[in-house]
Amino acid sequence: MTAWFVRRLGYFLPILLGVNLLTFALFFVVNSPDDMARRHLGERHVSPAAVSDWKRAHGYDRPAFLNPAQNGLAMVTDTLFFAGSSRLFSFNFGRSDGGRHIGWDIRQRIWPSLAIALPVLILELLIAVPLGLAVALLRGSAFDRGLTLLCVAAMAISSLFFIIAGQFLFARMLRLMPISGFAEGWDALRFLLLPVVVQVLAGLGARVRWNRTVFLEETSREYVRTARAKGLSEARVLFRHVLPNAALPLITTIVVTLPGLFLGSLITESFFAIPGLGSYTIDAIQNQDFAIVRTMVFLGSLLYILGLLLTDLAYAWADPRIRLGGN
Amino acid sequence: MLRRVLALCGVLLSALFCGSSGANGGPWNAPYPLSDRGRSVLFSTFQTSPRHLDPVSSYSENEAIFTGQIYEPPLQYHYLKRPYALVPLTLQAMPEVDYRDATGRRLEEPVTEQAVASVIYRLRLRPGIRYAPHPALARDRAGRYRYHALTKNEIAEADTLAGFSATGTRELVAADYVHQIKRLAHPDLHSPILGFMERYIEGLDALARTLREERSHSTDPLDLRAFPLVGARVIDRYTFEIVLKERYPQFLYWLAMPFFAPVPWEADSFYGQPGMADRNLNLDWHPLGTGPYMLAENNPNRRMVLVRNPEFRGENYPSLEAQTTKRGPAPPSAEPRLPRIDEIHFMLEKEEIPEWNKFLQGYYDTSPIAPDGFEQAIRFDAQGKPEITPEMRAKGIRLSVATRMSISYVGFNMLDPVVGGRGRRARLLRQALAIAVDTEELISIFGNGRGVPAQGPLPPGIFGHRTGESGINPVVYRWQDGRALRRPLEEAQMLLAEAGYPDGIDPATGKSLVLHLDATSSGPDTKALFGWYRKQFARLGIDLVVRSTDYNRFQEKVQQGEAQIFTWGWNADYPDPENFLFLLYGPHGKTRHLGENAANYANPGFDALFHRMRTLPNGPARQKVIDEMVSLVRLDSPWLWGFHPQAYALEHAWMDAAEPNLMARNTLKYRQIDPSLRVKLQARWNEPVRAVVWGVAIGVLVLMAVVVWRVRQRARAVAP
Repeated sequence: MTAWFVRRLGYFLPILLGVNLLTFALFFVVNSPDDMARRHLGERHVSPAAVSDWKRAHGYDRPAFLNPAQNGLAMVTDTLFFAGSSRLFSFNFGRSDGGRHIGWDIRQRIWPSLAIALPVLILELLIAVPLGLAVALLRGSAFDRGLTLLCVAAMAISSLFFIIAGQFLFARMLRLMPISGFAEGWDALRFLLLPVVVQVLAGLGARVRWNRTVFLEETSREYVRTARAKGLSEARVLFRHVLPNAALPLITTIVVTLPGLFLGSLITESFFAIPGLGSYTIDAIQNQDFAIVRTMVFLGSLLYILGLLLTDLAYAWADPRIRLGGN
Repeated sequence: MLRRVLALCGVLLSALFCGSSGANGGPWNAPYPLSDRGRSVLFSTFQTSPRHLDPVSSYSENEAIFTGQIYEPPLQYHYLKRPYALVPLTLQAMPEVDYRDATGRRLEEPVTEQAVASVIYRLRLRPGIRYAPHPALARDRAGRYRYHALTKNEIAEADTLAGFSATGTRELVAADYVHQIKRLAHPDLHSPILGFMERYIEGLDALARTLREERSHSTDPLDLRAFPLVGARVIDRYTFEIVLKERYPQFLYWLAMPFFAPVPWEADSFYGQPGMADRNLNLDWHPLGTGPYMLAENNPNRRMVLVRNPEFRGENYPSLEAQTTKRGPAPPSAEPRLPRIDEIHFMLEKEEIPEWNKFLQGYYDTSPIAPDGFEQAIRFDAQGKPEITPEMRAKGIRLSVATRMSISYVGFNMLDPVVGGRGRRARLLRQALAIAVDTEELISIFGNGRGVPAQGPLPPGIFGHRTGESGINPVVYRWQDGRALRRPLEEAQMLLAEAGYPDGIDPATGKSLVLHLDATSSGPDTKALFGWYRKQFARLGIDLVVRSTDYNRFQEKVQQGEAQIFTWGWNADYPDPENFLFLLYGPHGKTRHLGENAANYANPGFDALFHRMRTLPNGPARQKVIDEMVSLVRLDSPWLWGFHPQAYALEHAWMDAAEPNLMARNTLKYRQIDPSLRVKLQARWNEPVRAVVWGVAIGVLVLMAVVVWRVRQRARAVAP
């Protein structure tokens, strides 16, 4: 187990380095340090000296990968790529090019993102799992056909439509809840209700369809027939036997969504004015703030890697036949 | 099982419903605490988060809405006067100006530009102006600053600005203005106007060099009090002088911008302590000023809250004296002392649809018009004049229209061998295109009619702009039946033929002349716009190739003179013709001199007139020079003149009627609201449809009951 864990961690480092390198290369293909300086200083009356000063102050006057002005190791370490990247691996994100402390900003913004993403995930599971079980059980019935049709429709419709329609219907026409906004403490519930409902509705179609497929496969197995033959109640058959055996694919879909929980949803947060992390990266790209872009891509890939690690661990926990690091 | 599930759902739904109605006692869809509704609070929005609130580096419109209320530069624009006029803000009177020759001797008016070696502006402050309460100014009983020698732990414990329990204030003094002028040269603050001001303020360039040198030796905070600046000096507690190297009458307008707002040295000392920046505690995010409002909450990702500065001295509502605005005299007010609103809440609204809907619900007091809501809000009468729709009028919503001090144009690169240069062929080609590209249609299709076709570089409201027949561009328009009519396409075709391109055919190739338009692409709308431009050029038989690119590449191409024709624009820094005419001044050419003349237009006659115009006072002599300059550029047509955008804004009935002042940024202190009317109308417009809640609740319960019942049935059926 320990060897497996160490080996996996060993895989992660080059992946993170590669992602970081790719982010660096892609960013500077599109933006030059001069562009960034002008973007931050404004377009008017900016002198070349001001651009140079800005670049020097933010470290963008250094060569990208190799510094011929230095000797030895400093040729590599005194570069734009190394100076920024080395800090990331110690989780010191430093300051944005606009001057704000990135770590502080992330800590402030992560909670509103989680305040939406967690209830959405939990509610989706609470609704989609029983519904999936129900339609699997009622396969071929009018309820199954009707729900399948609704699910396909929900999958076909853009989440943006759900948001705009939800705001129009619940907030403008029925005037039941705020169109958008956010508040601290318990008052936040009023503002979270609509985005959570909309997000759940928008995501339910795909999740129910997936669950239905998984459960259908399980309910056709021999052990289910055996359980029923034993005289177990249907609830016991479904929740005690079918559900645990269908856990692996369900876990996969849940864990894959973990990075999104922390990094937020751009569209949802923009339309509902939620002060989360959803727009942090996009705003940074628009503002040509490389320090933030690099940090957020790094965190995104790290969370994804951790998600994969958790998936493997969850597999081993859910299915005793799977042994980590074994043959 | 079924009974338990049903009971639980019933309890939850009842709790939600009763909780919602009971807790609020008002509209359920209010996007802010209902306790705020009845208070004197203005609810507004912002679309992009401000990046800088430090007056030394803030230069964006989206920041000015905050900095304008917090900081007080020496001068301000009169709220009501048109054309725009400067008046003292923190000064006792307008600055006194002394012209000196090379020996330092005072020159008497009229002075010649050659004789002037320096210009001294003497500014006298009004006593009794005080800063908003702030921890940086807090002192202990011994008179020492409480928070100027903090340890990292103490800063970590405080964490936010609110964590510093004590605040203090002090009187504004002349040294604070001098301190701020020195801050322009601070190497860590990156003031965008440093390079520009170095050309004018005596010794600013030397100070910048000294500070840069100092910074290269040490990373400790720089105490600017130890570095003198020749061009900014304190005379006494309330008087200071600014020394310019040459005559620059437009400098007065800069004195109405936040760059010249005072910052106390204590602020730099407080925020410069190690550990402050790690908590985003700096002047960029927690400003300190003497203005009518102070920033009480700074969450650029959610909302910014300005509250009345308790130390504000008060100010009277301005009077128009002999002048009037289009809307007549100033509205009567029972509360002439400013500011008249207690708090201003700016909410971040990135999307137009929610913002627009909340305005219609009465939760925002003012709003721009969302593109999707334009037809719902505005219609045009028979004369093409915009007016509010009956639906909006029934709600008491008012429309205000104002032409912006800006121009949106298409520029020709005058260095280009085909469209550039002042030769006859290229000039006729440009003139033909100026006629063929139908700006009126452009405004109608892409701007919902929100724009005024430009007759030259100067927008309405700027000194030098002429209206009526004398104001039209005779190259493009003719005066007929009391209005400007675009010349017919046939005239453009004739000009094109004279230029050597009959029917748009390039004699060198025997095919249609191919021209290239460079622009930035920002979505589906720009695609339609590019198609429209192609169509306009095609009317002359010219094949227009649009090269849309990202913003950086576009800027680079224009900078390097690689763009042939390009879209561009300019917003006025200040309402003086110099701020528009300098866009065509030869020595400001973008490619060769890195200036703002993006077209690289160079006409020695124009440049000579520009020199004369910039130092002349507004009057007939200046008007004559401007007329000559405008005539020259109309003839040369380095731009397709484009249009001056118009700002349409909507306001609810509970806001006071005010004529928009598009130059001033500190206008919120003049505004007034009637919160009781707002509460009444919000309640009327937002009555919740309660029946739906019960309907949905019952529907969900019934559905769940049916599903559970069916599952049970099926379970029995499959059981052996």
